[in-house]
Order: sequence, then structure tokens, then C-alpha cells
Amino acid sequence: MTDELPRTDAAANAVGADAYPAAGQPLLRIEGVAKTFGTFRAVDGVSLDIKAGEFFALLGPSGCGKTTLLRMLAGFEAPDEGRILLGGKDIAQALPHERPINMMFQNYALFPHLSVRDNIAFGLKRARLARAEIATRVAEMVALVKLEGLEKRKPDQLSGGQRQRVALARALARRPQLLLLDEPLAALDKKLRENTQGELMELQRRLGMTFIIVTHDQEEAMTMASRIGVMKAGKLAQVASPRELYEAPRSRWIAEFVGDINLFEAESKLRDGHRLIIGTSGAGALVVAEPREPVGAGKLSVAIRPEKVKLSRRGPVSEAGHETALNRLDGVIADICYLGGTTTYKVKLDTGGMVQASVANSARLDVDAYSLNQHVVAWFTPDDCVVLTS
Amino acid sequence: MSGRRIFARPARFAAMAPYVWMVLFFLVPFGFVLKISLSQTAIAQPPYEPVFDLTAGWEALKAAFAALSIDNFRLLVSDDLYVFAYVRSLTVAFAATALLLLIGYPIAYGMARLPKRWQAVAMVLVIVPFWTSFLIRIYAWINILQHDGLLNQILLALHLVSQPVVWLSTDTAMYIGIVYSYLPFMILPLYATLAKMEPVLEEAASDLGAPPWQVFWLITFPLSLPGVGAGVLLCFIPIVGEFVIPDLLAGSNSLMIGQTLWLEFFTNKDWPVASAAAIVLLVVLLVPLLLYERLQKRQLEQGR
Repeated sequence: MTDELPRTDAAANAVGADAYPAAGQPLLRIEGVAKTFGTFRAVDGVSLDIKAGEFFALLGPSGCGKTTLLRMLAGFEAPDEGRILLGGKDIAQALPHERPINMMFQNYALFPHLSVRDNIAFGLKRARLARAEIATRVAEMVALVKLEGLEKRKPDQLSGGQRQRVALARALARRPQLLLLDEPLAALDKKLRENTQGELMELQRRLGMTFIIVTHDQEEAMTMASRIGVMKAGKLAQVASPRELYEAPRSRWIAEFVGDINLFEAESKLRDGHRLIIGTSGAGALVVAEPREPVGAGKLSVAIRPEKVKLSRRGPVSEAGHETALNRLDGVIADICYLGGTTTYKVKLDTGGMVQASVANSARLDVDAYSLNQHVVAWFTPDDCVVLTS
Repeated sequence: MSGRRIFARPARFAAMAPYVWMVLFFLVPFGFVLKISLSQTAIAQPPYEPVFDLTAGWEALKAAFAALSIDNFRLLVSDDLYVFAYVRSLTVAFAATALLLLIGYPIAYGMARLPKRWQAVAMVLVIVPFWTSFLIRIYAWINILQHDGLLNQILLALHLVSQPVVWLSTDTAMYIGIVYSYLPFMILPLYATLAKMEPVLEEAASDLGAPPWQVFWLITFPLSLPGVGAGVLLCFIPIVGEFVIPDLLAGSNSLMIGQTLWLEFFTNKDWPVASAAAIVLLVVLLVPLLLYERLQKRQLEQGR
């Protein structure tokens, strides 16, 4: 059908790769997909485009519908509404074994009665590849995930990390157009998880494959994905790059879900050129940069990330000319939480509110550290603030 | 005094209980039967000789031991009647077990895939027939299968047959009876393994390109083999020795070994031959049991 179009290596060799998208077209297009279980609307009208070669993360709290959406992509659930187009072809009703999509399952779902080799070869045998071809591909996969020498082991003779590798190799062996990863690192301990994150990213870049990962761990999503879709109650709340998601969250809920944040409820609003002066309940009047999109009439709040809040003993006096633009809040240190690389201070403001400041411990000796009940000035620029609607 | 000691004694006693049970109610009676099988029939009370009389002194006991012989076992091997009975028992047991597996597997699979609360209901439905006496249920089948019974009435009413079919006293009736009676013993172990199996494994197989029938043969069935083994043994062993069902439902032209035993024991009053037949049956049944045991051990070793 689409013969002369450029293809990535992975797609060209994929099992049943007959529908690879034209350049610039999305590989996967989800259009108004919805799924209801009984009276519970698990996925509620999700539309999303995934480009070829992307590392996309679906992020959300448990029960937000991200796993259901992933299961619809794999074919384990059929959507009640909407279309799922893979390379322009609607696959919404196709059975799992008919899709050029593979999945890495949360607890790996390795076949306990088959050896590592047979687990990896399972999908290749189903594709009726020649024996020699299967053997080379299995060897390739084993080398790729560094499992040499373990081919004859059964899954229960492997460590958690090794099992995770087998699951990955098994899912990659068919060279799918799209790899789905359902909480792939949740079962690993922290150190191993961090190493594996790096390996997965490296692998994805090298193979040029398209990955969609489902996770509830925002750090994991931020680290690995090039784009993140945050889900809440069956809907996509925001789709953005990790940086945009963190620095320009679209709603108060997203701001609170992704990372830590200080929030101040707005009580009044005044326009001052390109700035807004917002009266807040906890921190008095704050000067903030005007948001790109005009703020609506709803309840507003001012948000600022803890690491954007600077502390000083007497306020920012050195940089003349900036004073007028600064938000200075006087207060006393109410709580100190030492985290190694950073220290989080909670400052009780004279205006009644509380603000959290995360300060990098850039010197080994604690000459710069603040002590409890010390008077400090917490300050930040208008550009560091985000105005959010709830 | 350490706390461990206090608890160790009753625990050790409890661990011995099954052995005591086996010795008292299996090994000792087995010794009696073995001794009788080596004796000769006699018109006496008990109807065999020699009789061990511990009060008669050492010489008498020695003479009694000398009188034991394996003649009865020779008879079992040389007489067609017994050989045929064994062969028929094994054939019937094979065929019936195969039928049971064929019927029981889909039922067990269906049960395991039901929503959780319906699984309990299905379980009760499988077990409920046990609340009625086994014998009454077999008599009910006689009623259903007889000349003017329920089955023939239905077949006639539906115009599937023009005149009543002879069901009773046929092998078909016997197989119906056996399959009906033993189905729960096949379903329950199968259900137990299938319910334990993670459905995500089947999803993984289909995700990797296996159509439904391959998912079944490559994943579901191999993983349910322990249940298959247990169900097959639980049915096969008692069916080989089955007496009531063939006696009530099958014809009288060829007998199973259980019926032959009964004949020898009660009609011919030949306790020694009956005992020998029972011992041979036990040995024959040990073969599949040992095979299964070895298979399980191998699976365990592989799993490690």
C-alpha cells in the first residue's frame, strides 16, 4: 500500500507491518475513545495523537483510566465509543493477536512453564518465522537485554530484575510498531528502577520504536517520557512535555499532582500593565506575570514551586531595579526538613500563610543554613508564579 | 526450659497421627488380605486354611506358614475370566476418564472464568448432588433409562426415535452412570488449578500473536496439567474397582473386576481367590499412582 514511504528500521521489520504512517502523520490516533464498566465511566472521551518514535507517558493516580486506555490499545478491551487508528487503520475492534502492538505487563506475565528462550521466542513462533530466523532474533534479544547464559532458566529461577528483562525482550522480539509498558518498573527496588529507566530510554532511542508507558510515578514519567498525558477521572487533563507540565500546569489539580507546590487562594485581582496584582488570603498581594491565556472568571489561585522561592536574611537588596517587581514575604522559619541535596524550609508568613522553600545545599558546611524561628524574607519574581483556575 | 520443647511434643504426636491411621486401617487389614490370598479355600469358619493359631505353639505356626502358596495368583493369570475382567475394568476406566476429562474441563474452565460471586454458586451446584445418597441417584438413573423411562419418553415426544431405545443393561447406560457420578471429582481439582491461574498469562499469549486455540493449547492447558493429573487419578482409580454402577446399569455378559470380586467372595465363598484378585488390583493401580508421583516430583525439581 504505502511502499515508498520512509520507515524506521523497527517498523520495516515488524511483524505484519503494512500500515506505517507517512512522515509527519501520527502513528497512533485515538479519537473520542470511551469505555464504561457498568455505571463507571473508566475512560471518558479521550483523544490523543502519538507520533512515531515518541516516548509517551500516561500519568495519573490509580483509577484514573490510564490502564483501561492502555488495555484498549492492546486489544484486551473494546472501546464503547471512538476510534483507534494505527497508521490510518481503525483497530478498535481488532483482537489482541491481530495487532502489531506488544505489551510489557505490570508483573511481567512470564509463562512459568517455559524457559527464558521459549518465552522470548513465543511471539516469533506465532508469527511463523523460520527456525533459523527465530534463533537469531532470540539471540539478538538476549544480548540486547544482557541475559546471556540464562536462556535455559525458568522464570522462577530469575531475580526480579532479570524477569523484567525477559518481559522486555519478549515484548520487543516481534519488533512491534508500538510498545505498551504497564508500570514496567513498579516491582523493582529504587536503585534498580533508576538504572532501568536509563536503559529503557537508551533502548527506545536506539531502536527508534514508539513507546507508551503507563505509570502513577510522576518522577518516572518526567525522567523517561518526551511527552506526558496526565489523566484524571477518565479524561486527559493535560498533554505536554515534562517541563511544560511542571512549569505551566493547566489546572490546580495538575500542579498539585506533579511535584510540590505552594498555593495561595486569590481574593482580588488588579491589572497593572503586563502584570496582575492578586490579593491572596495567605500571602497578601502578589505580583504575577499575566498568563498567556486570559484567566477566566472562576476561582483563581497563585502557585509557586518551592525551589523558585528564595530565602534571605534581609531580602533581595543587591539587584537594584528589581525590587519593585519582587514579591517579598516576611516570616519565620517554622519547620526544617533536610533531604541531602536540598533542604525544605517551611516559612510562617507574617500575613498568616505558610510558604515552602526548597534550597540547594550548595556548600558542605552549614554556614548558610537557617535555624528554627529565624526571621527570613521569602522572595520570588512574578515570572515564577503561575495563575491557576480550579 | 525452652518454649520450643513444650510445643514440640504434641506437634510430633500430631505428625504421627496419619501414620498411625495408615498402619491401623490400611497396613494391618492389607496384611490380613494378603495372608488370605495365600491360603486355600475350605468349608469351614473362616472359609480358608491354614489358620494362624498363636496359642498352638511354634511348630503349628511353622506348619501353617509352610501351607501358604501362590496358587490363587497362578489361577488369576491363567484363567481368562479374571484376565478379561481386569482388561475390561481398565478399558472402561480409560474410556470413562477420557470422557470425564472432555466434559469436565470445559465446565471447570467456565467456572473459573465466572465472576467471583458466581463461582461460589457454581461450586455449590457441582457439590449439591452429594447431598443425596449415591445409591438413590443410580436408582434414579435406572428410572430415567428404563424402557418407558423419562429419556425414551422425551425422545419419542420429540420424534427423534419411533420406538423406545434399549438403554438399560448396556455399556452406554454404564458410561452415563459413571460419568455422572464422577464428574465432580474431575471438575473440582481442575477448577482449583484453573482458578489459581492468572488470566494475564492468557492475555500475554494473545498479545504475542496467539489466536484463542493456541492460547489454550500452549498456555492454559499445560499450566492446568497438575489439576488434570489429580482429576484423572481421582476418577481412574475408583472407576477401575467400580462395582455398583456396572452391576446396576450395565449388562451381565462381561464383568468388571469389582463384580468378579463380589462373585468370588459372596456367591462362590472363595475368599482366597477374591483376596488375590483384590491384591492384584491394588498392584495394578499402584502403577499410575507412582507414575503421577514421579511426574510431580520432576515438575517440582524443574521449578526450582
